[in-house]
Amino acid sequence: MIKAIKNYFVQPGWGLQLLSDIIKILLMLAFIFPFYWMLVTAFKGYTESMAVPPTLFPKVWTLEGYRSTFNSGLNILNYAKNTVLITTAVIALQLVIMVPAAYAFAKREFPLKGLWFGIVLVAFMIPLQLTYIPVYLRMQDLNLVNTLWPQILPMGADAFGIFMLRQSFKQIPDEIIESAKLDSAGEIQIMTRIMLPMCKSAMVTIAMFSFIGTWNAYFWPLVMTRNESVRPLTMAVEKLRDVEMGIRWNSLMAANTLLVVPILIVFIFASKKIIEGFAYRGMK
Amino acid sequence: MTAVTSMTREQKKELGRIKRRSWLISYAMILPAIVFLIAFVIYPTISMFIMSLYFGNAMNPYKRFQWFKNYSVRPDFWVALRNTAEYTGMALVLVMVLSILFAQWMYKSRKLNNVAQTVFFTPHLVAGVSAGFIWSWLMSSQPYGLFNTVFNALGLSSVRWLDDSSTAMFSIVLMNTWKSVGYYCLIIMSAMKSIPTEIYESARLDGSSSIKTFFKITIPMISPQLFFLLITITTGSFKVFDSVRIMTGGGPGDATRVLSMYIYDYAFERNNTLGYACAAGILMMLMMVAVTVFDFGFVEKKVHYQ
Repeated sequence: MIKAIKNYFVQPGWGLQLLSDIIKILLMLAFIFPFYWMLVTAFKGYTESMAVPPTLFPKVWTLEGYRSTFNSGLNILNYAKNTVLITTAVIALQLVIMVPAAYAFAKREFPLKGLWFGIVLVAFMIPLQLTYIPVYLRMQDLNLVNTLWPQILPMGADAFGIFMLRQSFKQIPDEIIESAKLDSAGEIQIMTRIMLPMCKSAMVTIAMFSFIGTWNAYFWPLVMTRNESVRPLTMAVEKLRDVEMGIRWNSLMAANTLLVVPILIVFIFASKKIIEGFAYRGMK
Repeated sequence: MTAVTSMTREQKKELGRIKRRSWLISYAMILPAIVFLIAFVIYPTISMFIMSLYFGNAMNPYKRFQWFKNYSVRPDFWVALRNTAEYTGMALVLVMVLSILFAQWMYKSRKLNNVAQTVFFTPHLVAGVSAGFIWSWLMSSQPYGLFNTVFNALGLSSVRWLDDSSTAMFSIVLMNTWKSVGYYCLIIMSAMKSIPTEIYESARLDGSSSIKTFFKITIPMISPQLFFLLITITTGSFKVFDSVRIMTGGGPGDATRVLSMYIYDYAFERNNTLGYACAAGILMMLMMVAVTVFDFGFVEKKVHYQ
C-alpha cells in the first residue's frame, strides 16, 4: 500500500497531472495578466479607468489615453526619438569596441595580456551605482550634460560582453586562422571574413542584451541628464505621473505600452534565441 | 628551438619586426575597450573614493579635505541599510524558493512546459519603470484598485499595499519576484536538465521517495547554480532602485528608502553632501565584495561539484 503511494508520487497518474496542468495554466494567466491590464487600461476612457468595480474589458474602446499622453505637454515623439537614437548608438559603439578586444584576448598573444584582462575582470564587478557621480561630474566639465553622449559613451565597453564574445571566439579552432594566414590573408581580412561570420550568434546575443538594457534604462538617464530634450521614453512615462490633476492611469498606461510593446514584439519573434542567451549568461 | 638558435642575425631581426608588428596590432585592438573601461569604470571608482574624503557639492566636490569624517555613519544610513537588508532577505527567500519549485515543476520537456517557461520569463524583459507602474496601478488602494477589488470579492479585507509602511516593502519585493522568477527558474532548470537520468534511475531502484530524491540528489547537483543565484540576488538587491523610486519613492515615511536611494538623495537632492554619497557608495561596494567573498569562502565549501 505504502509502496503503491510512493510509486504514485514518483510517476503521477493522470489525475494529479491534470490538476498540476490546470494550476500551471492559471498561473501563466496570472503572470500575463499585468500586461493585459496595462493594455485594456490604455484603451479605456478616463472615467471608465476609475470605475468601481473595475471593468475587465473596456465597455468603450477609445484612444483618449493616447490622445492625453500626446497632448500632455510632453514631447513624446522627442523622447521616443532619443530612446531609439541612444539604443542604436550604444549597440553600434559596443560592437565596434568590444569585438576587436574580445578577439585579441581570445586569439592573440601580446605582452601584459594578463594585466589588461585583469582590468576587464575588475570592471565587471563594479556596479553603476558607484561610477555615476564622477562620470556625471566629468560630463558636466566637458559641457556634455545637455547632449545624448552621457547616455551613450559610458556604455561603450561592457565587461560582461567582452567576456562572452571572447568565449565564443575561443571556440573557433586555431587551424582555421593558421590556414587563412598561409593563404596570406591580412589581419583585418581574418577578422571580417572568418571570425565575424563564425561569431554571428554571440554578436546577435550581445546586441540583444544591449537593446533590452538600453531601451529599459531608467537609472542612468535619471542621473546623467538635467534637460527634458535629451531624456528617453522611460523618463517621459515617469513624468506623466507628476501631472497636476493627479494620475490619469489610462494615459500613463498608454505611454507605458509605447515602452513595453516593442520589447514584447521582439520577444515574440526571437523568444528562443533570447531565452538561450539569458540562460547562457546565467550559466557563466 | 634549434631552428631559432641557428638563425642568422638578419632572420632574428626580421622575426622581431614581425612580432612587434603583431603586438602593435593586438594593442590597437584592445586599446579602445581598455580606454573606455578605465575612463568610465576604473577611474570613477578611484575618484569616488577620493571625493568621499572631502566636503563638497556637485559644483565643487573638493571644498575641504576631512579624512574619513564622511564615513562616520548617520542614523538615516542605518535606516537605509536596514531597509536594504529587509528587501534582500525577502527577495532571497521568495525568489530562490519559487524558482526552484517552478523549475522542478516545469523541467520535463513538454509543450505546455515550454510555453510556460516563455510566459514566466516575459516580465524579465520589461523596463523596471513599466513594471513598477503597472503594479502600482494593480495595487492601488483606491476603491478602483484591482487587487483590492479581487480581495473584497473573495471576502478578504482591503490591503493598503504601497501606502502602508508595513506592507510597502513586501509589495515591491512581490513585483520584482514576478519580474525575475522566470529568469532564475531558467538557470535552475538548465542545471536540472544536465543531471544524468541514470542517477534518478538508480535512486528510484533503491526505493528513494521523490521528496528524498529531490533533497538528496537534485538540490546537491544544482548547488553551483543555487550559489550563483545567491550571489546574483544578494548583490542585485543591494542595488535595487528603479522599482522603489517608481512605486513608493522611498515612502511611506522612510519605510522603503534603500541604500541606492540614500546615495542618490545625498548626491543630487541636497546641498554639500556629495562626500556622504560617495562614502555610502564605497561602503555599499565593500559590502557587495564582502558578501561575494563570504559566499565563496563559506558557502562554496558546502557546494558539491560533480
